[in-house]
Amino acid sequence: MRVAIKVNGQECSSEIEPRLLLVHFLRSTLGLTGTHWGCDTSNCGACTVWLDGVPVKSCTTLAAMADGHEVKTIEGLESSGVLDPVQQGFIEEHGLQCGFCTPGMMMAARALLDRNPDPDEATIREAISGNLCRCTGYENIVRAIRWAAAHQTAQEGAIA
Amino acid sequence: MLRKEDARFVRGQGHYVDDVNLPGMLHSAILRSPYAHARIVSIDTSAAEAHPKVKAVITGKMLEDLKLAWMPTLSGDVVAVLATDKVRFQGQEVAYVVAEDEYSARDALELIEVDYEPLPAVVDAKHALDPDAPIIRDDLEGRADNKIYDWEAGDAAACDEVFSNAEVVVSEDMIYPRVHPAPMETCGSVASLDKVTGKLTMWTTTQAPHAHRTIYALVAGLPEQKIQVISPDIGGGFGNKVGIYPGYVLSIVGSIVTGAPVKWMEDRSENLMSTSFARDYHMHGEIAATKEGKILGLRVHVLADHGAFNGVAQPTKFPAGFFHIFTGSYDYPAAHCKVTAVYTNKALGGVAYACSFRITEAVYLVERMVTCLAYELQMDPAELRMKNLLRPEQFPYMSPTGWEYDSGDYPRALKEAMRIAGYEDLRAEQAARRARATEPGADPSTPLMGIGLSFFTEGVGAGPRKHMDILGLGMADGCELRVHPTGKAQLRLSVQTQGQGHETTFAQIVSHVIGLPPEDIEVVHGDTDNTPFGLGTYGSRSTPVSGAAAAVAAQRIKDKARVIAAAALECSVEDLEWEHGRWYVKGDPSQGKTIAEIAMAAHSSLELPEGVEGHLDASVVYNPPNLTYPFGAYICVVDVDPQTGAVKVRRFIAVDDCGPRINPMIVEGQVHGGLADGLGMALMEVIAFDPDGNNLGGSFMDYLLPTSMECPSWELGETVTPSPHHPIGVKGVGESATVGSPPAVVNAVLDALQIRHADMPFTPAMTWRALQGRPMRPDLAIE
Repeated sequence: MRVAIKVNGQECSSEIEPRLLLVHFLRSTLGLTGTHWGCDTSNCGACTVWLDGVPVKSCTTLAAMADGHEVKTIEGLESSGVLDPVQQGFIEEHGLQCGFCTPGMMMAARALLDRNPDPDEATIREAISGNLCRCTGYENIVRAIRWAAAHQTAQEGAIA
Repeated sequence: MLRKEDARFVRGQGHYVDDVNLPGMLHSAILRSPYAHARIVSIDTSAAEAHPKVKAVITGKMLEDLKLAWMPTLSGDVVAVLATDKVRFQGQEVAYVVAEDEYSARDALELIEVDYEPLPAVVDAKHALDPDAPIIRDDLEGRADNKIYDWEAGDAAACDEVFSNAEVVVSEDMIYPRVHPAPMETCGSVASLDKVTGKLTMWTTTQAPHAHRTIYALVAGLPEQKIQVISPDIGGGFGNKVGIYPGYVLSIVGSIVTGAPVKWMEDRSENLMSTSFARDYHMHGEIAATKEGKILGLRVHVLADHGAFNGVAQPTKFPAGFFHIFTGSYDYPAAHCKVTAVYTNKALGGVAYACSFRITEAVYLVERMVTCLAYELQMDPAELRMKNLLRPEQFPYMSPTGWEYDSGDYPRALKEAMRIAGYEDLRAEQAARRARATEPGADPSTPLMGIGLSFFTEGVGAGPRKHMDILGLGMADGCELRVHPTGKAQLRLSVQTQGQGHETTFAQIVSHVIGLPPEDIEVVHGDTDNTPFGLGTYGSRSTPVSGAAAAVAAQRIKDKARVIAAAALECSVEDLEWEHGRWYVKGDPSQGKTIAEIAMAAHSSLELPEGVEGHLDASVVYNPPNLTYPFGAYICVVDVDPQTGAVKVRRFIAVDDCGPRINPMIVEGQVHGGLADGLGMALMEVIAFDPDGNNLGGSFMDYLLPTSMECPSWELGETVTPSPHHPIGVKGVGESATVGSPPAVVNAVLDALQIRHADMPFTPAMTWRALQGRPMRPDLAIE
C-alpha cells in the first residue's frame, strides 16, 4: 500500500507493506535513525515520536495508521540550527548517558512542556514514566526538564 | 565540564549498531527453542529455503561441517552456536535465516519445522545435583552429573575454631535471584566479509572489542589482522555486552555464505530470554560474634546456578569471580567460603552485571548477615557496623581470604551518610510511629517505616596480569596518545564506552597532566584497527586501568616535551619549571614553550636532543599492580503499606568514596543510575521460571524495570580517599551503587516488616506474603 506521511514538516510518500511498523518506516525507509527500537511492547519509550502532536510509541503503531497524518521525530526537534531548550537542558543537567532512551525521553518531555510550561517534579516524573532509562536513575532527567521549563526560549549561542 | 558526547545524542545522531546500513546488506533472524530441554529429532528447512526473499538457512548440522557448531565461552566451557544434539534452555538458538529484509527473515522462521522430543527440565539449582537429575551436558565427555565445580577460599579450620567457641552464631539462607542487565539497546551485529581482501569488518554491540576480535579469530579460523571489530555508540552494557553470543558468530557465517553484509539485531524478548543473566546465587551464611557485637568470623556456602553453559565473564583463576572478597568492610580474623556451581536448563548465567565479578552477591550476603546479627543482638545496625568497620590505620589491609585493600576511611563514610540522613532523628521517628501503632484504635493502614543500611567495599580494576585473565588474555590495557603538530591531541583507548562519558573523562585526565584544553583532545575507542589491544570495559575497570594508562602516557609526553623545550630554549632540562600546559625557564616565565609550541617543534626541522626521535606521542600498556577498592555507605528509608505490601522509597542517601573525582557530574550520574538498578533488583526485577523451564519474564511487561515513579530523588555525599597505587588515585565508580544499594533497600524493607529475613524482590505481593509469614521463592514464581 502507499502511504503519505508528513514527517518533520516534509511530505514522504512510500510504497509499504501494510504490517510495517512506524518505527521501521522511520528508521529503515526514511533513514531517520534517531528514533530507537528498544522493546516491542510500548514499555520502554525509546521509539516515542509525535503523531499529530501527541507522543506515541512507534514500535506498536503501524505506519499505515500515520497515513495522511503528521509525524515529528527527534530529528525535527531542533529548529533553524538551534537546540530546543529540552535538548539543551539534557546537556546542561547531565540528563543522559548512553543516549539510547534520550530521543524518546525528550519527545515525551517536549510534549509535556507544550501543554504545561511549568510542571512540578511529580508531574514531570509521571509524564516520563512511560520512558525507561537504565543509566541515569531519572534524577538528572527531571532536572533537565526543569531546566528546559526555566529556559523556554531557544538559547542563542547554545553550547552544543 | 559538560559532556562532549551529548551534542550528537540530543540530536538523535548517535550511531548505534542498528543504525549501520551498508549497500546490499541482508537481514537475519534466529529460530529459538520453545523447550527448556529437548532432543532435536529433525529439522526441515525446505519451506524456508523456498521463500523468495530468503538467501540462506543455516542449522547446527551445517555448522558442524564448518567446525563452527560450538564455540568457547568466557569461562572455558563450550556453547552451541546452533543446537545440534539437543536444546538446553528455552530460547536457545536452533536455526538461522538470512533474507532480504527483517520481516521476511522472521516470516521464514515460521516455515522451519523442528521435531523435538521433550526431556525433563532441571530448573531448581538445588535439584540439579539429585542422583536422578537429568544430565544436561551430555555433550561433554565423561559427564555424569550437573556439577561444574566446587571451589573454596579462606581457612575452614580457623573458621570452625572461631565458630565452635563463639557466644553468638546466626545463620541464614538467602537467594540473590536471577536478574537481567537489560540495557535499553539489545545486542546485535553487522558482519561484512570482503571476499577479495579477506577482511572481515564487524560492527557489534560489545564492551570488549579487542577480546571479541581475538575470539572471532579463534572461533572462525580467520586471521586476526584481517578482522576489524567496530563498536560504535553502545546503548548501555552493564555486563550484558561482554560475552560473545551465537548471533554475532551467525552474522559472520551469514556474510561468509551469502557474500553480502549481514545484520542481526535481537528483539527485546530474545535479549531477555537468551543473553547473559546475572546473580542466581543461593547462599547459606553463618556469622559468629561476641555478645557485645564484635564479629569473629563468617562462613558461606553458595550454590551457583550457571544455566546450561558456563559463560561467566571472570578471571580464569577465580571460578566464582571475586566472591571471596565476601568478608566485606569489616575487621575479623576468620572466613571461609565454598561455591558449588551447577548446570540447569536456563540461559547462560553469571554475567558480571554492574558488578565486579560477583562482588554484588558478596556484599549482599555480608550486609544481610551483619543486619541479621544486629537483629539477633537487638543492636542498632549502624552501631554494630561502626564497631566492626576496618579502621583507617589498618590500610593497606590484608583480608582473611588474601586480598590487599588499598586504602580507606570507612567510619568517616558511614558517619557522613548518617549525618546526611539525620539518622538519630529517623530512628526516633520510627520508634514514635511504632509506639503509636500499638495504641488502641491505631489506623491499620499506617505505613510501616523502615531504615536500612549497607556498607560496601568493592575490588575493581581487574587486574594484575599475573592473577587475572579471561580465556588466557591478560587484563592489561593499552593506550596511545598523540599530540599533533598544531597542539591538538588524540587519545586511543582499548576500553569502550557504553554511556559512561569516556570522551569527556579521558580527555580531562590527559588535560590534567599536560594542560591542553579537554576540547582539543579527541578520544578514539571502539575500533580495533585504530586502538591498541586491551580487554575492554566491565567490572569498573576503565578508569582504574585505562585511566591509569592515559595518565602515564600523558606524563611521558610531558617528560618528552621537557627535553624538546630545553633544546628549543637552549637550556638544560633541570632549568625548566612546569606550569599548567607549559615549560618555562626557572626565574624567567617569559621564556617558555607551551605544549602546542613544543608539539610543532617536535615535528619540525629543529635539531632535537640525542635520543629524541621527534613527534610528541606515547604508547603505554598498563598492568595494574593491584585492584582498587572503592567503598561507600548507603542508607535507605522506606514506607511499606501493610495492606497492599507496596514499598515506597522515601529517601535514599548514598555516600561514595571512589578517590578523586575527575568529573564530579559524571560520577554522580553513574551513581544515580546504579542506585536505580539496585532498587530495581531489590523491589521488582527477577527472571522467574516455571517448573518446565519456561521463562516467565520475556518482555518488559513481565520483567519490570524501575521507572521515574519508583525512584526517589537521590541524596548523594562523598568522601575522598585516593588509591595509593593508581597514578592519579582514582578507584572507579561505575558499579558501586548497584553493588551497595540492594542490601540497603532490602534491609530497610525487612526493618519495616520487623522480620529477620525474606528474599528479594519485594514486589507488593512478595512483601505482603512476607508480612503474613509466607515467604515465596523469588526464583520460582509459581509455587
